[in-house]
Amino acid sequence: MWPNEFDYARAGSVDEALSLIGDEGKFLAGGHSLLPVMKLRLAAPEQLVDIGGIDSLRGISADGGLTIGATTTHAEIAASADVQAMCAGLASACGQVGDQAVRNFGTIGGNIAHADPASDPPTVLVACGATIHIQGADGSRSVSAQDFFVDLFETDLEDGELITSLSLPNCSDCQCAYVKFPHPASRYAIVGVAVCLKMDGGTCAQADIAVGGATVKAVKCGGAEAALTGSTLDDAAISAAAEAVKADIGDWLAGDIAYPESYRQQMAGVFLRRAIAAATG
Amino acid sequence: MSTRIFGSGIKRREDPRLITGEARYTDDIKLPGVLHMAVVRSPYAHANIVGIDSSAAEAMDGVVAVYTSEDIGDGLAGLPTAWLIPDSDLKTPEHPALAKGKVRYVGDGVAIVLADDRYRAQDAADAVVVEYEELPAVIDPEEAAAEGAPLIHDDVEGNIAFRWAPFDKEASDAVFEAADVVVSERILQQRLLPTAMEPRAAMAQYNPATQELTLWCTSQNPHIHRFIISAVTGLNENKVRVIAPEVGGGFGSKIPCYPDEALVSWASIKLGVPVKWTETRSENYLITIHGRDHVQHVEMAASNDGKLLGVRATVYAGMGGYLSTAAPGIPTILHGLLYVGPYTIDSIYCESIGVMTNGTPTDAYRGAGRPEATFLLERMVDNVARALDMDPVELRRKNLIPAFEDGYDVAAGLTYDSGDYPAAFEKALDMAGYSDFRQAQADAQAQGRYLGIGVTAYTEMCGLGPSQVAGAVGFQGGLWESATVRVTPTGKVQALIGASPHGQGSETTLAQIISEELGFPVEDIEVVHGDTTETPMGWGTYGSRTTPVTGAALAHASRKLKEKARVLAAHLMEANVDDIEYADGNFSVKGSPDQAQSIQDVALMAHLAWNMPEGMDPGFEESQFYDPPNFVYPFGTHIAIVEVDAETGEIELQRYIAVDDCGPQINPEVVAGQIHGGVVQGAAQALCEGVIYSDDGQLLTGTMQDYCMPKADMFPNFELGETVTPSPHHPIGVKGVGETGTIASTPTVYNAVLDALAPLGVEQLDMPLTSAKVWGAIQAARS
Ligand SMILES: Cc1cc2nc3c(=O)[nH]c(=O)nc-3n(C[C@H](O)[C@H](O)[C@H](O)COP(=O)(O)OP(=O)(O)OC[C@H]3O[C@@H](n4cnc5c(N)ncnc54)[C@H](O)[C@@H]3O)c2cc1C
Repeated sequence: MWPNEFDYARAGSVDEALSLIGDEGKFLAGGHSLLPVMKLRLAAPEQLVDIGGIDSLRGISADGGLTIGATTTHAEIAASADVQAMCAGLASACGQVGDQAVRNFGTIGGNIAHADPASDPPTVLVACGATIHIQGADGSRSVSAQDFFVDLFETDLEDGELITSLSLPNCSDCQCAYVKFPHPASRYAIVGVAVCLKMDGGTCAQADIAVGGATVKAVKCGGAEAALTGSTLDDAAISAAAEAVKADIGDWLAGDIAYPESYRQQMAGVFLRRAIAAATG
Repeated sequence: MSTRIFGSGIKRREDPRLITGEARYTDDIKLPGVLHMAVVRSPYAHANIVGIDSSAAEAMDGVVAVYTSEDIGDGLAGLPTAWLIPDSDLKTPEHPALAKGKVRYVGDGVAIVLADDRYRAQDAADAVVVEYEELPAVIDPEEAAAEGAPLIHDDVEGNIAFRWAPFDKEASDAVFEAADVVVSERILQQRLLPTAMEPRAAMAQYNPATQELTLWCTSQNPHIHRFIISAVTGLNENKVRVIAPEVGGGFGSKIPCYPDEALVSWASIKLGVPVKWTETRSENYLITIHGRDHVQHVEMAASNDGKLLGVRATVYAGMGGYLSTAAPGIPTILHGLLYVGPYTIDSIYCESIGVMTNGTPTDAYRGAGRPEATFLLERMVDNVARALDMDPVELRRKNLIPAFEDGYDVAAGLTYDSGDYPAAFEKALDMAGYSDFRQAQADAQAQGRYLGIGVTAYTEMCGLGPSQVAGAVGFQGGLWESATVRVTPTGKVQALIGASPHGQGSETTLAQIISEELGFPVEDIEVVHGDTTETPMGWGTYGSRTTPVTGAALAHASRKLKEKARVLAAHLMEANVDDIEYADGNFSVKGSPDQAQSIQDVALMAHLAWNMPEGMDPGFEESQFYDPPNFVYPFGTHIAIVEVDAETGEIELQRYIAVDDCGPQINPEVVAGQIHGGVVQGAAQALCEGVIYSDDGQLLTGTMQDYCMPKADMFPNFELGETVTPSPHHPIGVKGVGETGTIASTPTVYNAVLDALAPLGVEQLDMPLTSAKVWGAIQAARS
């Protein structure tokens, strides 16, 4: 619990943050992932650049779609009427992160940059087709959530690049849910399933499904989606989706000694059923 | 003051300072010029130390010194094992404060760094280069005892530290041979992390001028720490002062004297400045003792009509890399002697084998030996019920010892003090609605839902204990307590006790005892503890002994004072002592109630000593040494109702009923608090807690991200009930209640889950019952 020595600077603007970060620097948002690894001496950045004071990075706007600033906290997202209306699954996922203190400090930008495979928000971002907006010394770029998450604790982010915001399509006409099976010790996800369904009468016109927790990164589940699309969400379709999802994540499985991969894979099927029920219930 | 304070659920007096963060723990105490100690710890479970290069560390800013065992030389004796169980061929391998040539578990100390700042100390510790030659490691106690296992201590052949079996094997074998039914099971009592809220800490200040050492440390027994520190440093005991300031829980883990306390003491003596060490949580999980770690091979014999005839077990108890302070006594004296439980079982046999392993040393953890005994008994009773196709409740009912008021001898050689097991049993079953439950269970099963019930009848041995018995079983100390009740001239009370409470609420309950005896309001009574210079000798707070033993000492001291007060009051009122009546802190003369002296008046007059009866000494203070004539045996019945989600393997604890009998309750709120916490801790062993090591001895559950501490939302509201059976040998009849919750709850919850799983064909599972394990077992049974 004794981190190595580091310098600390508080940036007032995105430009200042980018100029301060240097080669061995790390951005500090809520500190709820970064500080624990520093205290365990698993990371030893020489420079911390606190981005918590940069106003332009924080807040939620709804204008056709949703735009969420990188330093917006989980609690703010969970409580936002706009997020609840346009992407209920994200509001639910952010509301299930850690406990209230973690949600009050932890930010969505920090969460996705850290890319813990057992995190909650990434699963919804991947399911719902979010776009991550990134700024670096050489300018800005955008990348889809699906491409952003690369592997265990690994993203598309280059050293020194800053996530500024993320955007999501308006999904107010979808039935959307995130259901989590929390790890009893950490309360991170053993498996988390995000489901977003567009219904046309009794028929499922579009299904977007992603799984996290059981996997090294949030995985979009095409097989399960196909099983539901065009169906009336009857038992046979749901059972087919619950089988398909296990294959969808088969190449990306992750686990720990108490909750091994094989178990998590099976649970993805169970929790997909529960997520569909929650979305349509 | 006319409300009866004894038995009243007044709020815990220690809580405001604890809840508001005002309490002062060891780490809160700041001394000028203090040096911070960081310990270089072994990353290997078993390795030879080839070389240590501390030159880079020594050159770092702020670093005062780096020391290894070579530097300490004979400056510190090895840490003693203080429970030398007899007739067990006990080996006590050397436990140096810093490893000498070889490390024996991950976290074993190799060197210490002293620096002017905690961060710098850690930086320098990281810069000490230690070259190791890794050796094969062994973690499982049964494997460590097997032939060909890596040898951990050269002088502990076969890794067997002791073999204890003081029972009649032939008689036991005969019972098993003749029995109609014998059931058996291999039970794993997994390792547990005590996880006191406050990690350990120690700060030593040696004064070269007076040659006195003051050690502040997280201790459940500062007087024991004093004589061990005196023994290892060579300082006279009267030159050592140990202070346990606020201590944030212990659960047994703050009984032992660890290397760290010895090292800060040695370094402070060596350097003449104060030295401080505070454990991190990660360090706590690595080096502070673990609990349990038994592999048990258990059998129970019964007759076809459901009479329980005998229990026998071979227990491999993992001791870890060294024998911790009280370790040998836990899986033996506090375990094997408890195999009778609340039943009329006439034959018991236990062979307990203490095995050195490459795990963290184990020692007493809440319940200490008794949870392991209660679990195996209750597990086997359910197995017998299954084998006989008998209702487990009916089987228990048939075998419970009938009510007794004053002494009941059992096969283990113990004499239970008092008990009415059937009363507590029936009360708990009534509260649970047992017969209705069986119907509800059948209905649920018809709908594909799996409910289960577990019923545990228990008794346990606490209030440790008669010192003569302590001596006979090799405990290297007494088990009495002493206390002084000191009343100031203005009628305020200081109760000085040798025991050392650390969160139990004893400042409240002990004050209630004094208030009951003497009539002082509780607000006017301070309970002083935790400082060897301020308090009289005592053996510490563990084994649910402070209320029974210290409480008795206080009751007796108070009664002596009351007698003095009565005589003095009579003298002051010019009345005959026999005519003095006492009520609520007032002494009055029979027949003239307006003439009265309050206890405060009497205390003042005793201090002034202007007008004392002939032969009476001045002052108002009495002390009492109290050595209990027997242990106390609280008992009760716990019931859990669970539902298992067969789809995921998740367990929902739906109801928990606990009927406990600890004699008269001094403070029902404090009793309830002890039971709540205990039940949570014990249920967590069944459901989620458990240390996992890799094969090479790395602790894989090194943080709370992986080691599952119980959380409030895992539990329903507990339904508590009580019966009251006073202990016949105790001045106020009370029994201990600090461990009963932990002792009873593990088998209760476990048996409930296995009851729910029975229709699915699952008969046995190792704890903890994680959803993955339960689900896997359901799948395996189905296929
Ligand atoms: C007790 C506890 C429980 C938790 N439980 C959960 C849970 O159940 N589910 C869950 O999903 N999460 C959980 N978390 C994680 C929590 O969600 C993350 O800590 C938090 O979201 C990370 O955000 P932060 O603002 O604290 O990031 P920081 O800790 O400040 O930063 C994390 C990483 O991201 C980088 N970073 C931060 N912001 C940016 C940015 N804008 N651009 C580029 N890089 C950036 C930092 O440099 C660092 O590498 C838990 C955390 C704790 C402490």
